[in-house]
Amino acid sequence: MGDSIVQFLETWSPIDIVLIAQNFDRFLWGALTTLELTIISLVVGGILSIPLAIIRAGNNPFLNAPVWAFTYLFRGTPLLVQTYLIYYGLGQFEWIRETFLWGPVLSQAWYCALIAFSLNTAAYTTELLRGSIVNTSQGEVEAAKACGFSSWMRMRRIVLPSAFRRALPAYSNEVIFMLHGSVVASTITIQDLLGVGRWLNGRYYLAYEGFITAAVLYFIIVLAVSRGFRFWEKHWLQHLYPREALEVKPTKGAASFRI
Amino acid sequence: MKFRKLMMALTATALILGMGSVQAADLRVGVEGAYPPFSWKESDGTLKGFDIEIAEAICAELKRKCVLIEQDWDGMIPALKARKFDTIIASMSITEERKKQVNFSDKYYNTPAKFVARKGAGLEISKKGLMGKRIGLQRGTTHQCFMEKMYPDAELVLYGTQDEVFQDLAIGRIDAQFSDSIAADDGFLKTDAGKDFEFTGADQHDEACHGPGAGMTVRKSDDELRMELNKALKAIRANGVYQKINAKYFEFDIFGG
Repeated sequence: MGDSIVQFLETWSPIDIVLIAQNFDRFLWGALTTLELTIISLVVGGILSIPLAIIRAGNNPFLNAPVWAFTYLFRGTPLLVQTYLIYYGLGQFEWIRETFLWGPVLSQAWYCALIAFSLNTAAYTTELLRGSIVNTSQGEVEAAKACGFSSWMRMRRIVLPSAFRRALPAYSNEVIFMLHGSVVASTITIQDLLGVGRWLNGRYYLAYEGFITAAVLYFIIVLAVSRGFRFWEKHWLQHLYPREALEVKPTKGAASFRI
Repeated sequence: MKFRKLMMALTATALILGMGSVQAADLRVGVEGAYPPFSWKESDGTLKGFDIEIAEAICAELKRKCVLIEQDWDGMIPALKARKFDTIIASMSITEERKKQVNFSDKYYNTPAKFVARKGAGLEISKKGLMGKRIGLQRGTTHQCFMEKMYPDAELVLYGTQDEVFQDLAIGRIDAQFSDSIAADDGFLKTDAGKDFEFTGADQHDEACHGPGAGMTVRKSDDELRMELNKALKAIRANGVYQKINAKYFEFDIFGG
């Protein structure tokens, strides 16, 4: 039975499914590397972006200008160029190769990618959060003032929690962009999901098999991410939707307003 | 009326296009341009190198105009199959694995593969000596096949181009690199960046992986072109054009035995 399935696939399938199955563990390892890079850089970039966004939303010109320059620089150049600059660019300088950072960090492709990705996503998230902070309803801020909240307390208790929630839909895009952007890692020798696809193509000269498998796995990850965000949006943004929208169950054909 | 005009315009276009394809006997050749001394790109964008001159010589012999089309290495075979060009002249070794996808002319050169490591690194070329060592090489080459078959315990670091392999070897990200010996000698060891490096170990060869040498690649359906290329190759070997190009780049005959 097993043999006849294999034989059928080998003879009739337009793509070599048996080869994909044989190398599927490699693809899973690649997917793990992709997830690892994406998640860690999102966490690092996210943490960096909170103080930066507060600075950008404030009006201290001495702090604002450098942060603006940082976000402008990283949003204004392609991720691939940033990664190349860190991986190939920094390695060119002898004095950098002599610092303690070289051996454990900068000589490793994985860390170079992580640094580039973290800074990149930090820049985008900073601007996203800034917009969200600036747009906080004036009434909420005034109410907090009336209750005698200090400005730090206002930021921590009122503005930030509300800003995070409202930034959620836009942030889900940033997460998906980052996941897609992580393919850049495969250009600097990292065996991420696309890297495994390229490896297969390099080993067996079959382009479809490697890249379709990678594409399907990326698709599944993105599906899970967007489902997750939809759930969180429903949960955290409940107070912003009209009450009826939450109570009325979408019926077939009339499911235009669904959250 | 409008319809008639449209039909006339379409017919005229078809005629022009049709004539074009009859006259244009251009030979579209896929080349890499990042593999000195076989092919590289000058700062003004022109392509130079042994492969490039062989391609020009073959075209001249076939009395067809050469159109050189640059292509990244790991997309070479897909691009050939997608008819982006008609033949690949880019130091592509004739191997069984590739023959499942495409066809080859006779070999036009054959040089051995070797490891390169830092001088005095004491790298031992054996299963034990290479275990866990980071060996850089170009993805999709015969060298990838060789390393995965012969030294599966070495850690392979795969690059898109040979230039990137040399770059990372020079700054110490990899312990050694494995490639064609001529490419390593002229592309790296003889340059300033490679002055602290040397060949390590003997010539490496595995018939199944490395095959008989580099050939010109054609689609399986293009047997006519394959035979024409073979004829042209024989002709430039016989009339001394090949030897002249060979002498321009190398001190010895790279055609091989």
